Amino acid sequence: MMQTFDLEAEGLRALNTALQAQTRETNQTSWQVLNPKGAHAVAVGLDAPIDVQVKGSTGYYCGGMNKQATIRVAGSVGPGAAENMMSGRIIVEGDASQYAGATGHGGMLVIKGNAASRCGISMKGIDIVVHGNIGHMSAFMAQSGTLVVCGDAGDALGDSLYEARLFVRGSVQSLGADCVEKDMRPEHIELLRGLLEAGECDAKPEEFKRYGSARKLYNFDIDNAGDY
Amino acid sequence: MRNDKSPNIPRTEPIMSATFTPAVNAEIRRAAATGIYDIRGGGAKRRVPHFDDLLFLGASMSRYPLEGYRERCNTSVSLGTRYAQNPIELDIPITIAGMSFGALSGPAKEALGRGALAAGTSTTTGDGGMTPEERDQSSKLVYQYLPSRYGMNPDDLRKADAIEMVVGQGAKPGGGGMLLGQKISDRVAEMRTLPKGIDQRSACRHPDWTGPDDLEIKILELREITGWKVPIYVKVGATRPYFDTTLAVKAGADVVVIDGMQGGTAATQDVFIEHVGLPTLACIRPAVKALQDLGLHREVQLVVSGGIRNGADVAKAMALGADAVAIGTAALIALGDNDPKWEADYQKLGTTAGAYDDWHEGQDPAGITTQDPDLMARFDPVEGGRRLRNYLKVMTLEAQTIARACGKNDLRNLEPEDLCALTIEAAAMAGVPLAGTSWVPGTSGDIT
Repeated sequence: MMQTFDLEAEGLRALNTALQAQTRETNQTSWQVLNPKGAHAVAVGLDAPIDVQVKGSTGYYCGGMNKQATIRVAGSVGPGAAENMMSGRIIVEGDASQYAGATGHGGMLVIKGNAASRCGISMKGIDIVVHGNIGHMSAFMAQSGTLVVCGDAGDALGDSLYEARLFVRGSVQSLGADCVEKDMRPEHIELLRGLLEAGECDAKPEEFKRYGSARKLYNFDIDNAGDY
Repeated sequence: MRNDKSPNIPRTEPIMSATFTPAVNAEIRRAAATGIYDIRGGGAKRRVPHFDDLLFLGASMSRYPLEGYRERCNTSVSLGTRYAQNPIELDIPITIAGMSFGALSGPAKEALGRGALAAGTSTTTGDGGMTPEERDQSSKLVYQYLPSRYGMNPDDLRKADAIEMVVGQGAKPGGGGMLLGQKISDRVAEMRTLPKGIDQRSACRHPDWTGPDDLEIKILELREITGWKVPIYVKVGATRPYFDTTLAVKAGADVVVIDGMQGGTAATQDVFIEHVGLPTLACIRPAVKALQDLGLHREVQLVVSGGIRNGADVAKAMALGADAVAIGTAALIALGDNDPKWEADYQKLGTTAGAYDDWHEGQDPAGITTQDPDLMARFDPVEGGRRLRNYLKVMTLEAQTIARACGKNDLRNLEPEDLCALTIEAAAMAGVPLAGTSWVPGTSGDIT
């Protein structure tokens, strides 16, 4: 049975308390949140295999630190959506503001619109699939995980990248320090095919280019100082 | 010097430059040879106005002292009383500052927890996440929320007794961290989701908020995730203490932590440590004034750190308005860092006990700032914890001794009126009279 929560009437604290109270064994697995009206910190800190549908747009940090839960936002999200997500899925039907998926350790973030700057900044294992474009400085200092962009990428993609994998179908305005284009091998095609399918995207993996770290900045070398 | 060799003409003495000192010249030669700036640990080593430049006045004809071995002098303090359901209750107002697992060994973190627990105070995690060693030993653990978010996860966040949002630190306000490859062991690498052996950079600013308006929302999120139970501290490096304190309070901080330039770091550029930020002494009064102007002094607690060494420093910081202090470098020395018993090993590293600061290189003879198993084996966490407990007890007794002499039955009843300054600079920074005068320099201007 669907649990319906009117955020405007019942308030943020009550919403997060109710959602955070769910356990792995809960039978209240389906929730919908009405009237989010751009509220911040909606459905944060969840840790149960529940489905949460947010009927509208949210403010900052929607789904922050999510574990296990599937959160689907029928609207757009403000800065820091799915920040530090550990597992589970967050699907945004609209656009995402800055820092989407920042520092995420796991799980999948799907953005069906565009994402603004610094998408996937410092990501640590999360998979992010963006159907549209992403802004500048995306995947900055990204450590692990995969960022898939079906549209174009802005300036300085993957600046100071560690071991995260980046796939972009469209143009890349510029690559950041130590980020280079790499060969697409069969294992990358397979990886990408799975991510696109999971990300509800029908793009063809063969249309993408792969980017990763040149690993020249991993240990300080004075001869590379100009790259910083 | 003149070149005239005549023995009848007096010759000038060779004079070393006060500007180009031997140390300055050595650094120029080192830079010329390597092409890279000097990186080291610790805080500012240069002489800056400090607590040594203040004196307590004690009791006199007009002040009534308390009996040292009979009358009580309270040392307990609650941190986080503004919003948190469960403030941190400390027996002593001396906390252990954030120092990371990675910069320190696991046993060193364990020792900090043991010592703090025995003394009735808190420890703080640091970059790199929460280790079981420290969580198991420390009954009051402050979890640092840092720009890098290494090891950050909601489970550990909820295990914390408080959360410290780190905006900056005194050794390097505006700078990030550095952990060189030789200290990135398998365990450190795993906790930080990074390849082993690479130089690991810790970001200088948070990835998902910018400015105090964003921070207010970020703190809301952290409170929502932790159920509004635990205090949230905001830590800043000492730069603009009046405004930083005001903005931290506006953003929702329960506790403001201000770290002066003598505060240590695991590693950063020497030029950063010595040339950016304010001395600890200079930042307390402006921060207190900010709280007073907001009507929140004592409701939002102020913790001061950076060069706190003994009970006199504790008492002076509290007399200027702090609710508590934090120690880092001093705690490491109590554990055994820079102990002369390792002098032969320090000499092999080209330094001497008391001056060793290459903590980032992972070769610490005392086995504290290292991940080398052989060196770590030199350090006994149980003994280290006992030493830290003793040191904390001594500092507390010293602070109580001074407070009683000033007629105070609570360390927090110490006040600026109990102090005078030995130098004009210290008088101006602390806002207390120059000794023997009624002159408080700088009071005609704005304390910010």
